[in-house]
Amino acid sequence: MIEIDVDICTGCEKCVEVCPVDALYMEDGIAVLKEEECISCGACVSACPVDAIEPVIEAQEASELSKYEGVWVFAEQHDGTLKETGPQLLGKGRELADELDEELCAVVIGNDIEDTAEELFAYGAEKVYMVEGPVFEEYSTEAYTAALARLISKYEPNVFLYGATHLGRDLAPSVAGRLGLGLTADCTGLSIEEVEGRKVLQQTRPAFGGNVMADIVCPNSRPQMATVRPHVMSPIEPDFERDGEIIEEGVEVHEDMISKEVLEILEPERAGEIPVEEADIVVTGGRGVGDCREDFGLLEELADLLDGTVGCSRPIVEEDIMPKAKQVGQSGKTISPNLYIVCGVSGAIQHKVGIRDSDHIVAINNDPDAPIFEMADFGIVGDVEEVVPALIKKLKNSEE
Amino acid sequence: MRFVVLVKQVPDTTEVEVDEETGTIIREGVPSALNAFDEFALNVAVDLKEELEEEVEIIALTMGPPQADEALNKCLAIGADKAVLLTDKVFAGADTWATAVTLGRALKNIGEVDMVFAGQEASDGNTAQVGPEVAAHQGIPQVTYVAEIEEFDPDEGNIICKKETDEGHVMMKTDIPVLLACMPKPSFEPKIPNVKEIMKAKKKPTEEWGYEDLGGDEEDYGLDGSESVVMETYSPPPKGEGIKVDDKPEVAVDRLVEFLDEEGIL
Repeated sequence: MIEIDVDICTGCEKCVEVCPVDALYMEDGIAVLKEEECISCGACVSACPVDAIEPVIEAQEASELSKYEGVWVFAEQHDGTLKETGPQLLGKGRELADELDEELCAVVIGNDIEDTAEELFAYGAEKVYMVEGPVFEEYSTEAYTAALARLISKYEPNVFLYGATHLGRDLAPSVAGRLGLGLTADCTGLSIEEVEGRKVLQQTRPAFGGNVMADIVCPNSRPQMATVRPHVMSPIEPDFERDGEIIEEGVEVHEDMISKEVLEILEPERAGEIPVEEADIVVTGGRGVGDCREDFGLLEELADLLDGTVGCSRPIVEEDIMPKAKQVGQSGKTISPNLYIVCGVSGAIQHKVGIRDSDHIVAINNDPDAPIFEMADFGIVGDVEEVVPALIKKLKNSEE
Repeated sequence: MRFVVLVKQVPDTTEVEVDEETGTIIREGVPSALNAFDEFALNVAVDLKEELEEEVEIIALTMGPPQADEALNKCLAIGADKAVLLTDKVFAGADTWATAVTLGRALKNIGEVDMVFAGQEASDGNTAQVGPEVAAHQGIPQVTYVAEIEEFDPDEGNIICKKETDEGHVMMKTDIPVLLACMPKPSFEPKIPNVKEIMKAKKKPTEEWGYEDLGGDEEDYGLDGSESVVMETYSPPPKGEGIKVDDKPEVAVDRLVEFLDEEGIL
């Protein structure tokens, strides 16, 4: 629903033109709303040149909503190692919690994870809710959903953030569906805004592969939940002296409740290399680099020189040239390094979405019209096998 | 056996623009298509049906405006046996949860369903939420990021599929009924229906259901049934024009190193 300030309205009729359901009409030179027709799409709010139209959020049981307190973050872990999304979300969560004057809490689920839970205090968590047990050792949608549904119902947090990883995008909608909550996917911005005298979480997210941005709120359900794109938020400087309270919550999940079973892990994580999502400098190769592992040697040499790591585009993983863990892009890793050098990748939208938050993008491609150049800060039109060796030579010379 | 495939009609491009004056997405002249992720899911379902000895009915189910029947016609030509279009003014403005409730009630209407297939996400909203929310609404398990089906044992009532994880891939076994959210490889080549299949599709049944067919109150659907509300849509801030060098490799590389120096990277 919207509200029209009759003192500001100039009668320009822009709102009437854009309303998709003809809920607005003019009367005495002022816009009037047919309330029963309005679908609260916000089109008229954006269209009004004089800001005479404001969205109105219907406060349902406002008294109920205010009892939900605290900014919560789901901290993923794998075999006791904390994933980066937890600290990143805590970084943003700290700001939100301060703005709301509420507590910042983390949730961690697994088996034998007390040390992992302790680590979260360093990144700003004041309390850590921990659910432990053998049934939580490996991720399962059912067990983790059950644990989070219990925690949410019992402790009633105000905001609940998840990383938009494969796991987060499996778990969060399952929890939202279980509890009938609003959920905003893959956010790149979060802020606290005052709407109708209440502080709400405004979630900003891209749609249409990043060509459109939308600001979204969940006015009537708590917690306000969102998945957040990895690497968009920054963790605070960790302080391992900081302490907090661990609240262990017993959640019983029977084995029969879990209808799924992992039979085989096909590509285990590779040890010893800097993961692409953690590297400061990433050199990525696509089809234009070549069709075998050896062709990527050139990129590895360049990455080594720069103390970076090598990544690749999706087709390279499909053709089994590089492991899945190296894949950069929407269906692989979302990254935001200081320097991203992208070689022989045309720049499909799925790739661009995964790298758009990189600080500097350098593209090398022999097709001058390759879409990747549209987002490059520095582009070189040329063959990878000529440009990269020239760059290696130049870097080596300047080192000496 | 009965499979239901959840599909969505989407703009046939992600290159949409926001009208700077009105803040709405420009839809004029943008053609529609069956969401590619859903097309993959349908192909997975059709391939599985062909492998099975027993009779399988595949129903393509969508919620959308009346024109969404175009996407359903395509599904029928690809191999769905029946199509159901959920269309009603009441459904307009639905977020992922209200969409999941609507699809979930339609699934209940359909009756016994052994498998639900969905695309991992839609190319317009990219939320990847409707599939899991439907599974939660139905109280059935979900497997997301499904790359392929390895083995299906209808007698034992389970299925083994290969799915993507953050670390790589795993083989996962799950009981049916289950919802599989399918993630196509870029190399996926959709089945292109021939003239005979298109003609045959025209004889296949399509049903239209409104909110009265699904039951419940009007408030359960569309914008009223939604928990999330879009406040505003707009174009992302433009990225400044970059430098582009089309010259000999040595020259290009010199300028690149200069640029990296200026930016304080080297």
